[in-house]
Amino acid sequence: MTSIADPIAGTPLTDTKGSHAKTDAAAVSAPAIALPVAGERELRLDLFRGMALWLIFVDHLPTNILTWFTIRNYGFSDATEIFIFISGYTAAFVYGRAMLEAGFVVATARILRRVWQIYVAHVFLFTIFLAEISYVATRFENPLYSEEMGIMDFLKQPDVTIVQALLLRFRPVNMDVLPLYIVLMLFLPLVLWLMKWRADVALTLSVLLYALTWHFDWYLTAYPSGFWIFNPFCWQLLFVFGAWCALGGAARMSRILSSPITLWICAAYLLFAFFVTLTWHLPQLSFLMPKRLEQWMYPITKTDLDVLRFAHFLALAALTVRFLPRHWSGLKSPWLRPLILCGQHSLEIFCLGVFLAFAGHFVLAEVSGGALMHALVSVLGILIMWGMAWLISWYKHSADKGASKTKATGGNADMAGGSV
Amino acid sequence: MRPRFGAVLTLLAALTVAGFARAEDAQTCEVPAYLLTTDSTLSKVADAIKNARPLNVLVVGSRSSTILSSEASAYPAKLQAALKERLPSIPVTLSVELQSGKTAEDVAAGLVKLVEAKRPTLVIWQTGTVDAMRSVDPDDFRGAVDEGVVALQSAGADVVMVNLQYSPRTETMISAPPYLDNMRVVAQQHDVPLFDRFAIMRHWNEAGDFDLFSNVHGTDMAKRVHACLGRALSKFVLDAARLDPAQQN
Repeated sequence: MTSIADPIAGTPLTDTKGSHAKTDAAAVSAPAIALPVAGERELRLDLFRGMALWLIFVDHLPTNILTWFTIRNYGFSDATEIFIFISGYTAAFVYGRAMLEAGFVVATARILRRVWQIYVAHVFLFTIFLAEISYVATRFENPLYSEEMGIMDFLKQPDVTIVQALLLRFRPVNMDVLPLYIVLMLFLPLVLWLMKWRADVALTLSVLLYALTWHFDWYLTAYPSGFWIFNPFCWQLLFVFGAWCALGGAARMSRILSSPITLWICAAYLLFAFFVTLTWHLPQLSFLMPKRLEQWMYPITKTDLDVLRFAHFLALAALTVRFLPRHWSGLKSPWLRPLILCGQHSLEIFCLGVFLAFAGHFVLAEVSGGALMHALVSVLGILIMWGMAWLISWYKHSADKGASKTKATGGNADMAGGSV
Repeated sequence: MRPRFGAVLTLLAALTVAGFARAEDAQTCEVPAYLLTTDSTLSKVADAIKNARPLNVLVVGSRSSTILSSEASAYPAKLQAALKERLPSIPVTLSVELQSGKTAEDVAAGLVKLVEAKRPTLVIWQTGTVDAMRSVDPDDFRGAVDEGVVALQSAGADVVMVNLQYSPRTETMISAPPYLDNMRVVAQQHDVPLFDRFAIMRHWNEAGDFDLFSNVHGTDMAKRVHACLGRALSKFVLDAARLDPAQQN
């Protein structure tokens, strides 16, 4: 099975560990899905997840020099797509194996424990957010923004606000990813169970849900008004697609992925997206855009995961998988180590990133603004994320190992995969 | 990895120092030309000026269209002053209709009545802030803005839209992009000039003209920002009216 197709045997940033390995016959002949074989970590997943975490952090800060390095400036999709896809992929990889080996109930139990962890992380972040807001609300005064400051009015009724926050209905800006992830994970047992039976049926249902949501305009309401910024009915498509790839879909797509036609279509589409994005940044160029096209294309909604965004992600992923083989020696280089390390502890680093973005805003507002400070905050934030990731893995590999041999079962698996 | 990382840092530092040097020049508020030009035209405004008829402007907006207790220093008044200066030969009247705390949908419903009462040549509609603060569904928002613009146009007025303020302090709390995008879409569809207040203010903040993060208690800075906005808006309106420079005097 180690063939030419191998390097491209994954879709997006992937390739199941199982797809190429000297697969045990058992795994192949077993159920409808390919059992992911345990093996060394797929470093590309960690690498790109780490990258997504950094980009999300930078995107959450006010615009600065580093913002120009984030992919959302060069096309339709952004780090969120990478993140949700890889999360689906790894979650399916870890809990899919649990489901095959230990059964539906055990896998579900493990998934629910993970959901609980994410929920607690979300509430923790909300507390920090509340502290920041309260501080700004009581200290900040600038008559220029008397209207915008009205956003603090929710502080006047903490009883309602906090309960709504616990129900995931009240979510401050930039805190929408974890609630989305909680909902996606809640449905993971069902998805995996379906995939175990017929992977393609699960994917088809997912596409159907996506289409129906677009057609009937389904959404989840939020508090005090509005809706979920990331519509779970739409974003599930990426998550389920990630899961589908992890459970053998990637391997089955390898022919398509290695075809030159795919290559050209992807390249052309990325170029098109790049050009369109360019007209956003350089409005002088917008006369080049046909009006018809604009009217058909805009708005490109992030809430409902626009098809254009999804396609952009697919194209990016297909090219990545093609040109970055899983055994690329660069993955072992110390240069990429910080990214990979961050990607390996994604829930912790994601939360840290959200916190650092809050803190960064705070520093910029309280201490000083200015381009130098902006850039400094971004770079420092990334260094802190790296340091924390290093610390966590030190705990895992050294501190905890020494303490007891009886590790929490499954704890490791959670870390490896189900994380955000 | 150190050496190259160091190089990146040095580069960043150099870039930002350059930014600072520029910032300290003076209290100016230049706006890059591309933010003040539009493909859309204001034909009714152009007609009024060419035929020396009075130019009646109506500003419909929320609280960010005024400065509390110093309305005379807010951008609508500054706009009127600038227009008068540029168009000395015709009377320029301007009235402001503040609709505090109302979403685009609330405002759109009453627009026709307003226009019938005041018969403006030009309506400047500032919106989006309230909707963003309440996170109204962007599709609903777009629908409301669309409806409002159509109503204004069919009532016979030229329309200029003004979007949200750039407010870095509340960036973690108010998500502006969906509302900015949707206003841009409506502007394109109905060929309405969109005065990109957000981009202009962000430009000033980045160029160092104003420190919009700053915590000031007096109205001084608000007045300076509004003066700059009023002036920029007058240029924008006259540009959209496509007048020969000669006609402006």
